[in-house]
Amino acid sequence: MSHELRGSSAIVGVGLAGCGEAHGRMPLDILAEATHNALDDAGLKLSDVDGLFTGSSYHFMPTLSTAEYLGIKPRFSDGSMVGGSSFVAHTLNAAMAIKTGQCEVALICYGSNQRTAGGKLATMSEQQIYEAPYKPRYPISSYALAAARHMHQYGTTREQMADVAVAARQWAQLNPAAFARDDLTRQDVLNSRMISDPLSLLDCCLVTDGGGAVIMVSSERAKDFPNKPVYVLGTGTAHWHRQITQMPDLTTTAAVDAGKRAFAMAGLTKDDVDVVELYDAFTINTILFLEDLGFCAKGEGGAFVENGNIAPGGSLPVNTNGGGLSCVHPGMYGIFILIEAIQQLRGDCGARQVENPEVALVNGNGGVLSSQVTTILGTEAVL
Amino acid sequence: MSATNEKFSGPGPDQIYSDFLKNDVFSLPKCQDCHEFHFFPRVVCPHCGSFNLEWQPVSGRGEVYSTTTIRRKSERGGNYNVCHVTLAEGPRLMSRVEGIDSLDVKIGDQVTAVINKDEDAPFIVFTPAQGV
Repeated sequence: MSHELRGSSAIVGVGLAGCGEAHGRMPLDILAEATHNALDDAGLKLSDVDGLFTGSSYHFMPTLSTAEYLGIKPRFSDGSMVGGSSFVAHTLNAAMAIKTGQCEVALICYGSNQRTAGGKLATMSEQQIYEAPYKPRYPISSYALAAARHMHQYGTTREQMADVAVAARQWAQLNPAAFARDDLTRQDVLNSRMISDPLSLLDCCLVTDGGGAVIMVSSERAKDFPNKPVYVLGTGTAHWHRQITQMPDLTTTAAVDAGKRAFAMAGLTKDDVDVVELYDAFTINTILFLEDLGFCAKGEGGAFVENGNIAPGGSLPVNTNGGGLSCVHPGMYGIFILIEAIQQLRGDCGARQVENPEVALVNGNGGVLSSQVTTILGTEAVL
Repeated sequence: MSATNEKFSGPGPDQIYSDFLKNDVFSLPKCQDCHEFHFFPRVVCPHCGSFNLEWQPVSGRGEVYSTTTIRRKSERGGNYNVCHVTLAEGPRLMSRVEGIDSLDVKIGDQVTAVINKDEDAPFIVFTPAQGV
């Protein structure tokens, strides 16, 4: 018997705003424009929203600040904070809220002006007192330590990691909305300035502004909207640590568990997946998540991403918007992978459109490889 | 329900850890049920959930589990090392290896703990192990 949440809710509207640079605008200004665009896409009004799901690095009580700004009085709100994966996790909480009648129209939303506000990662995070004396650069050093260990243990190379960045750039070149679209070669990545060995500047995601919003309703209502509904088939969450030193094995993330849970709820396997959107804050992420989600064996992620295998024309389309590496990355990126997957399933992606995808997998990452959230989305064909 | 439990009376594990270091002892909590050490210090064993812990000095011997060199211009102090060291007793901690160029620190290197007291709160750094 299928899980009671499988396909119980659907996404009927998406919106982006301020991606790249949004001069003179505050995080909630950008969030509100994305919300406007998502509501417009769904043919709904702000007053229809009765469930609010959001996270922020700027607002300590993000649901309160966001609802206040938007002038809405939600019946149900959830500001669960698992870093950049929050917005992917919100799909599970929204599905549960809709299924149990806590709300009817759920808005999942985010906005950030990280780039034009100075490029620093805004954070309300507490200092990690057992790491602070060593002055790690946050978050890159954590990912560098994981990359170094993966290279040591499995022979993964900087060239293979560079190919992740090159693939992302090739997708970005097909996406007019992507921020970084210049030609990029493996050698360019290898030659870029080393920041925290073995990660160089072009192994790192962009720092941009941007916002995104998603509208979710029950599947019963989903067909009454202008767009082809995208069904939430399964979501799984998992976290094993907060600080990188507490990660049990630097080469294996909790996406192992999150992925299994999402696939179990969806009743699908990796062979059913047509398009994959992974949280690529750094090039090593893509390799780790492809392994942990079962697209290749542990240790074989480097070989899997080589030579254009995840680029346009490769065997598996991964990060088709250009990713956090080349499209957009305003502090927390989770909402953007969700939106790209939805747009792919709707067939709205123009030159970067994957051919007739029916199932998309999204994997959000939060903290320092800490929180992993996998969502599997599908069209009516797989409902 | 009793408000006091002798097990939790007195200073917490962070202060105990720091007090040991101030007295030149590198000591960590050890579970009396599963016999595993853990770091960072807590009031509960993260391996088995037991609250039955005792402090015990550790050897200070460890192995570099992963390492990175944070690149910094020489006029701002130059490159420095950040690494993870797995102690002989099991726990892993963030630290740095001193005494050699950070780029020469390799995964698998044997290292020895040194208590650094340069700042207000003492902390553990490592040097390459002698005789290996």
